[in-house]
Amino acid sequence: MAIIAKRPDSLREVSFTYCPGCMHGVAHRLIAETVDELGLKNQMTGVAPVGCSVFAYKFFDFDMAQAAHGRAPAVATGMKRARPEMNVFTYQGDGDLAAIGTAEIVHAANRGEHISVFFVNNAIYGMTGGQMAPTTLPGMKTTTSPYGRDANDIGYPVRVCELLNTLEAPYYIERVSLLSVPEIIKAKKAVQKALTYNKEGRGFTFIEFVSTCPTNWGLDPVKSQQWAKENMIPFFKPGVFRDKGTEGGQK
Amino acid sequence: MGNKVLMKGNEAVAEAAIRSGCRLYFAYPITPQSELIEYMAKMMPKVKGTFLQAESEVAAINMVYGAAGMGKRVMTSSSSPGISLKMEGISYLAGARLPAVIINVQRGGPGLGDIQPAQGDYFQATKGGGHGDYRLIVLAPSSVQEFADMASDSFDLADKYRVPVMILSDGLLGQMMEPVEFKEYKTDKEIEELGKQHYDWCIHTNEDGKGHHHNEINSLEIDPNVLERHVLNLEQIYKEIEKNEVKHEEYNINDNNEFVCVAFGTAARIVKSAIDDLNAEGRNIGLIRPITVWPYPYKEIAKTIHGNVKRVFVFELNLGQMVEDVKLAVNGKVPVEFMGKVGGLVFTPEEIKEKIKAYL
Amino acid sequence: MKSEMIFSGFGGQGALAIGKFIAQSAMSEGKNVSWLPSYGPEMRGGTANVSVVVSDTEIASPVVSFPHIMVALNQPSLDKFGPSVKANGLIVVNEDLCPNVVKRDGVDYVVAPLNKISKEIGDDKVLNMIAIGIIIEKTNIIKYDTLADHLTSFLKDRNAELLALNLEAIKKGMELAR
Ligand SMILES: Cc1ncc(C[n+]2csc(CCOP(=O)(O)OP(=O)(O)O)c2C)c(N)n1
Ligand code: SF4
Ligand SMILES: [Mg+2]
Repeated sequence: MAIIAKRPDSLREVSFTYCPGCMHGVAHRLIAETVDELGLKNQMTGVAPVGCSVFAYKFFDFDMAQAAHGRAPAVATGMKRARPEMNVFTYQGDGDLAAIGTAEIVHAANRGEHISVFFVNNAIYGMTGGQMAPTTLPGMKTTTSPYGRDANDIGYPVRVCELLNTLEAPYYIERVSLLSVPEIIKAKKAVQKALTYNKEGRGFTFIEFVSTCPTNWGLDPVKSQQWAKENMIPFFKPGVFRDKGTEGGQK
Repeated sequence: MGNKVLMKGNEAVAEAAIRSGCRLYFAYPITPQSELIEYMAKMMPKVKGTFLQAESEVAAINMVYGAAGMGKRVMTSSSSPGISLKMEGISYLAGARLPAVIINVQRGGPGLGDIQPAQGDYFQATKGGGHGDYRLIVLAPSSVQEFADMASDSFDLADKYRVPVMILSDGLLGQMMEPVEFKEYKTDKEIEELGKQHYDWCIHTNEDGKGHHHNEINSLEIDPNVLERHVLNLEQIYKEIEKNEVKHEEYNINDNNEFVCVAFGTAARIVKSAIDDLNAEGRNIGLIRPITVWPYPYKEIAKTIHGNVKRVFVFELNLGQMVEDVKLAVNGKVPVEFMGKVGGLVFTPEEIKEKIKAYL
Repeated sequence: MKSEMIFSGFGGQGALAIGKFIAQSAMSEGKNVSWLPSYGPEMRGGTANVSVVVSDTEIASPVVSFPHIMVALNQPSLDKFGPSVKANGLIVVNEDLCPNVVKRDGVDYVVAPLNKISKEIGDDKVLNMIAIGIIIEKTNIIKYDTLADHLTSFLKDRNAELLALNLEAIKKGMELAR
């Protein structure tokens, strides 16, 4: 993949701790490259979640914080308000953002906090070994839905972009996927837009990456991408939900 | 021997809870207790029980509050960071006098810490943790068998006193496999009877046999005089528990002990190995292992400090928490030495022997 | 009698299962047993190891610092645990993944290409069973019959072919150790 040719300045010379074929590394690169391109490295900071990307605080080459499970948007709020001259993002998984951290993300978005949120949706709890996530698909088997997710008993997957899009304050909301090279190129554009808006102090920006977890899905990386295209994309449709920066602005 | 199965502590305690009539379980995944929630996910449907993965530990403990208020046997489990989140709910359970069982498979802290075994939540479990004047009965297992046995003991104690009970375990006991023998499954009829003992206070339908009633599940008493009565009533119950329920194990405790060690849970296992070796070399060292860490065996420890005992050693997988209770029990009669291990590391018998040998 | 053991290898090589089969068999023979795995991120790609204790009396510490018996399925395992094996102890080494074996005096070694042998038997997965065979032959911790009965009751209806391969692997290990 052309995009991962050289290590961006904003990534440290530390090897990723992710499984082979995991998309967290790709998402990290997109963010780091964009920070480089926008010349933001000196005033950038971010918040790592609790999840497989917990070590994100080690990987980015600028100051980083690590938050309690689900609380990254609250931590980022405190950081941004304490040093408004800095650009702040959070990086969160689906368990972190859409289960335990639901209150924090909804209220950070509702306040229109001037932060960017990068949300990696792999439909499972990766770090803890494959338990059900709020984004686990109906019928999907995980270690805590061993008979398949029964939507009648525990509900349907949460569509976070759609949920946040009901709020007035958010400035930009887009869902992209990391499931092929062209999709990754599109995802990069979305990251560029989010961080540009962040730099310009426009408001709350949110990107969801539809991703994979080969290890806990029990599939190899290629099959995982295929599975995600066939099963996740129909439920989590990519698209721009909100962009107040465009002519007329969607909503 | 025939009925023994080799099982992880996390799974054994879940199985034992189901056998003792627990049909409602609410929790959120966290290492090193995830096998417990996963076992419940698999087995609860088979006994027509409720397994629900909550959106957070905060939600889980409040689901427990709701179900306990209906008079049913209900349980939750987590590991240290998640237990911290449950503390508010635990205070409410205690205030509303609700029986429930909470399992903590402790890991290294503070904060996110790590996922290896630790005993750093002793203060939180035994001295509060949540707000207000309340106590939890806290049981500290040191083998997989004992971990499993404590499931039914906990439900019985919770029902008997209408208080929440915590099992204070750790990552080593959760992950380790040992042979376990289980009690029989309680029958549906027995479980129903267990529920009926709570009819005079729990929420249930009028058809349940008692005619019209108005029961309240509540911890609010806005009138200070009423709250005072409520808290003094709690005090009476706690005194009763202190009188009746203290449990400890004595290991080579005798009239000629030169040293007495005190340790609980996993740490006690390692200490046993160390004193076995030292006693084989001709020493006479005993161990007291508190099985209930609240109520605490103060008197039982005090009794072992006779003329021959020169020193007391306390070993914990923390910076020194239970040692404060041991000092209260010893009451200055002999010096109390402490050795801790933190970071999720477990001391070796050799390290313990070295510590003791320094005082020979 | 108390035997302390450590089995170690890459995740997926079956080191933890060696411990489980030995503990289970020893339990059926009426012994006290404990099985304590390493867990956590080190399992992802790193080494997975398990401490097993088999004893006639109650087991105090399940943590093994100086094992009597150690199986190293890869080099990092041998480097990590080899030096702490007790005098007169036994070290089983998978030659295929341990290019660098420095033998200690006073310790019994069985060095064999377990990957190669298991492939000859017909399935990579039985690699760990060869190691168990070696331990059965070299020690009296468990009997072949106990493990064979256990495997038979577990696998007979589910996968008779795998059962046959497993039993062959154990026997091969016993031969190697003779
Ligand atoms: C309060 C608290 N509860 C639970 C955990 C355990 N835990 C760690 S990561 C995680 C879920 C991670 O899943 P997700 O956010 O989807 O990230 P992924 O690993 O899939 O990238 C959980 C439940 C914790 N560390 N703290
Ligand atoms: S467990 Fe899944 S999400 Fe976590 S690093 Fe591995 S592949 Fe990625
Ligand atoms: Mg996830």
